[in-house]
Amino acid sequence: MDVFNAIIQTLDSTIRLSVPLLLACLAGLYSERAGIFDIGLEGKMLVGAFAGAAAASVFHSAFLGLGMAILISVAFAMIHGFASITHRGNQIVSGVAINFIAAGSTIILGQAWFQQGGRTPALQPGERFEAITLPGAEAIRDVPIIGPIYAELLSGHSILVYLAFLMVPFTWWVLFRTRFGLRLRAVGENPAAVDTAGISVAWLRYRALICTGILTGIAGAYLSMVQNGGFVKDMTAGKGYIALAALIFAKWKPVNAMFACLLFGFLDAASIRLQGSPLPIIGKVPAQFMQALPYILTVILLAGFIGKAIPPRAGGVPYVKER
Amino acid sequence: MSTPYAKLPAWADYGLIPLINLFVAFVVAGFVVLLVGENPLRAAVILVEGAFGKGTGIAFTLFYATTFIFTGLSVAVAAHCGLFNIGTEGQAYIAGLGIAIVCLSFDSTLPWWLTFPLAIIAAAAVGALWALIPAYLQAKRGSHIVITTIMFNFIAASIMVYLLVGPLKPAASQAPQTRNFLAGAELPKLNWIIELFGAKIRSAPLNVTFLLALVMAFLVWLLIWRTKLGYEMRTYGHSPKAARYAGISETRIIIPAMMISGGLAGMMALNPVMGDQHNVAIDFVSGAGFVGIAVALMGRLHPVGIVLAAILFGMLYQGGAELAFEMPAISRDMIVIIQGLVILFAGALEHMFRPYIQALFASFSPRSVGMEAVKGKGA
Repeated sequence: MDVFNAIIQTLDSTIRLSVPLLLACLAGLYSERAGIFDIGLEGKMLVGAFAGAAAASVFHSAFLGLGMAILISVAFAMIHGFASITHRGNQIVSGVAINFIAAGSTIILGQAWFQQGGRTPALQPGERFEAITLPGAEAIRDVPIIGPIYAELLSGHSILVYLAFLMVPFTWWVLFRTRFGLRLRAVGENPAAVDTAGISVAWLRYRALICTGILTGIAGAYLSMVQNGGFVKDMTAGKGYIALAALIFAKWKPVNAMFACLLFGFLDAASIRLQGSPLPIIGKVPAQFMQALPYILTVILLAGFIGKAIPPRAGGVPYVKER
Repeated sequence: MSTPYAKLPAWADYGLIPLINLFVAFVVAGFVVLLVGENPLRAAVILVEGAFGKGTGIAFTLFYATTFIFTGLSVAVAAHCGLFNIGTEGQAYIAGLGIAIVCLSFDSTLPWWLTFPLAIIAAAAVGALWALIPAYLQAKRGSHIVITTIMFNFIAASIMVYLLVGPLKPAASQAPQTRNFLAGAELPKLNWIIELFGAKIRSAPLNVTFLLALVMAFLVWLLIWRTKLGYEMRTYGHSPKAARYAGISETRIIIPAMMISGGLAGMMALNPVMGDQHNVAIDFVSGAGFVGIAVALMGRLHPVGIVLAAILFGMLYQGGAELAFEMPAISRDMIVIIQGLVILFAGALEHMFRPYIQALFASFSPRSVGMEAVKGKGA
C-alpha cells in the first residue's frame, strides 16, 4: 500500500507541476501554428505571475488577479506582435527582448511597490485560488484503489488546474473544427494563400497572439496564485522553455502537448521525490540528470531519432505582401 | 540579412539608425525609472559618473566590456551565417570546465603566461565542441538551431551544477565552486594602463583578457570580410538558396561558423574565471551570453560596433552598480530591462523608424537613398 500511496502522490504532484507547462505549451501552440515563433513564453508567464499576485493582493480578489495577469500578458503578446507582425522584425529577437524586459521589470516594480526584495505580499485566503473538492470525494476516500485515485489525484485541485486540462479539447476543437482554427493553421503554413482569399494575415496572427497571451497569463497566475502564495522573482525558472520543448515534442498538436507536459511534469515530480534515493537496477541518479532530461529528450527528438518534428512551414517568416 | 527596405547611406544605416533606436530604448527605460518614482535624468548622471568618473570605474567598465566583446562577437559570427546562436551562455558556462581542468592541473607548476595560452585553447575547444552538436543537427538533420542551443544551455547548466557540487568541489568546502587557483593561473591586471593617464585605481579586475578580446575582434573582422569562409558565411546568411546554387556546402559553412561562435563564447569565461574570481563557481556567466545578443545587434554585427556596444554595456553594468547604491529603488535589474529594450528596439524593431528616415532623406536628396528624383514610388 505504501508503494501505491507513493505512486498516487507522485502522480498528484505530476499534475500540479505540469499545469503551468501545459498552459504555456498550448499558448505556444496558437502562435506557432499561426507562424509566429514565440521564445517569449517565459517572459509572458513571468509578467502574468507578477501582475496576478500583485493585483490579487492589492484588490483582495483572486479573479481580479487572474484578470490582470491575462491583461498584462496579452499586452506583452501585443508587443511581440507589433515587432514581428507589423514591423516584420525577427521573431526570435523580439521574444528574447520580451523575456529580458519581463525579468527586469517584475523585479524593479515589485521592489518599488511592495519593498519585499522583489516579492509580492503573501496572498491571504480569498486572494488565491483554493482547492476544489469534487463531489463525493470525502465519501469514497476509504474505498481501496478508486478512493485515493479520485480523492487525491482527481479532486482537490484549484479551478485553474481543471481549466488547463479543459483547454486541451477546447484548443483541439478551435484549431481543427472552427473556421478561425482552419485559417489560423493556414496562415502558419501558407500565408500568401490566406491573403489571396481576402483574409488579413496580420489580424489573424494578432488574434493568435491574443490567445497566446491569455493562456500564458493564466499559466503565470497559476504559478503565483496557486502553486505559490505570491510572486517570487524569476519564479518561472525556465518553464517557458520547457513548454517550448514540450510543444516540439508534441509536434504542434494539442493532445500530444498534454502528454508531453505530463511527461515533463512527471520527470520533475520524480526528481523531487527521488532526491538522493537509489533506483532499482539503475542505481543513484543525479537530480541534475533528471532536470536535464526534458531538454535531452527534446534534442534527441529534434535530431529525428524519435519520429520527425516538422514545424509549421511559415514559422518565423514575416509576411510581406507582394507589391 | 535581407530587408524589404530601400538603401540608406552607410553612415545613416550604421550610425544614425542604431543611435535613434538606442535613444528610444533609453527613453522607455526612463519611463520605468519614473514609474519607480525616481528622476531619470539624475539616474543617468549617476550612471555615467559611476562608469567613467573615476579610474576604478573605467577599469570596471572595461572589465565588463571584455566579457561582452567575446559574447557579442560570438553571436555576430553565427548571425553573419544566418544562425541565431542563443547558446552563447551555455557555451561560455561549459568552457569554464575546460579552464578549470587546465588551471587546476598547472597552476602550481607553470607561470601564467604558459597557463593562459593553454586555458585559451581549452576554453575555445570546449565552447566550440558544445556548439558542434547543435551545428551538426542543424546542418545534417535540420533541427532548428535556436531550440537546440536553448536546450544545450540548460544541459550545460545541469552538468556544471552536478560537477561543481560534486567532483570539482574540494571535500572540505561547502561553497559550490572549485578551489581557488594559485598564482600560476592568475592573469596580470591592466590597471596600470589607466593609471598612466593619471587616474587612481583601488582594485579592479581589468586584465590581459581585454587585449585578447580586441585581438579577437580584429580576427573576426578578418574572418568575415577578408577570407573565403567569411564570404561564404555571409552568402549563406544572406540567402541559403543562392549559396546552395553557388555550390557552397551547407555543412561546411554551418559547422565551422558555429564552432567559431562557440569558441569565442568559451573564451569569454577566461575573463571572470582567471582574471577576477580565480575559481569556477556556479552561474559565473550570469547572463553575459544573453547580453551578447544585445551587443551584437547594437553593434550591427560589425566588430568595431561590437566593441563600442560592449563598452556601452560595460558602462551600464558598472554604472548600474553605482546607481543601485545611490538609488536603492533601482537595483541592477534595471540593466536587464535596458538590455531587453535595446534588443527590442535595435533588434526586433530595427525597421520601425527606417521608413520615416528614408522619407526624410528622400525629401532632401533623393539620390542618397538610391532613387531617381522623378520616380516617386517609395520603398
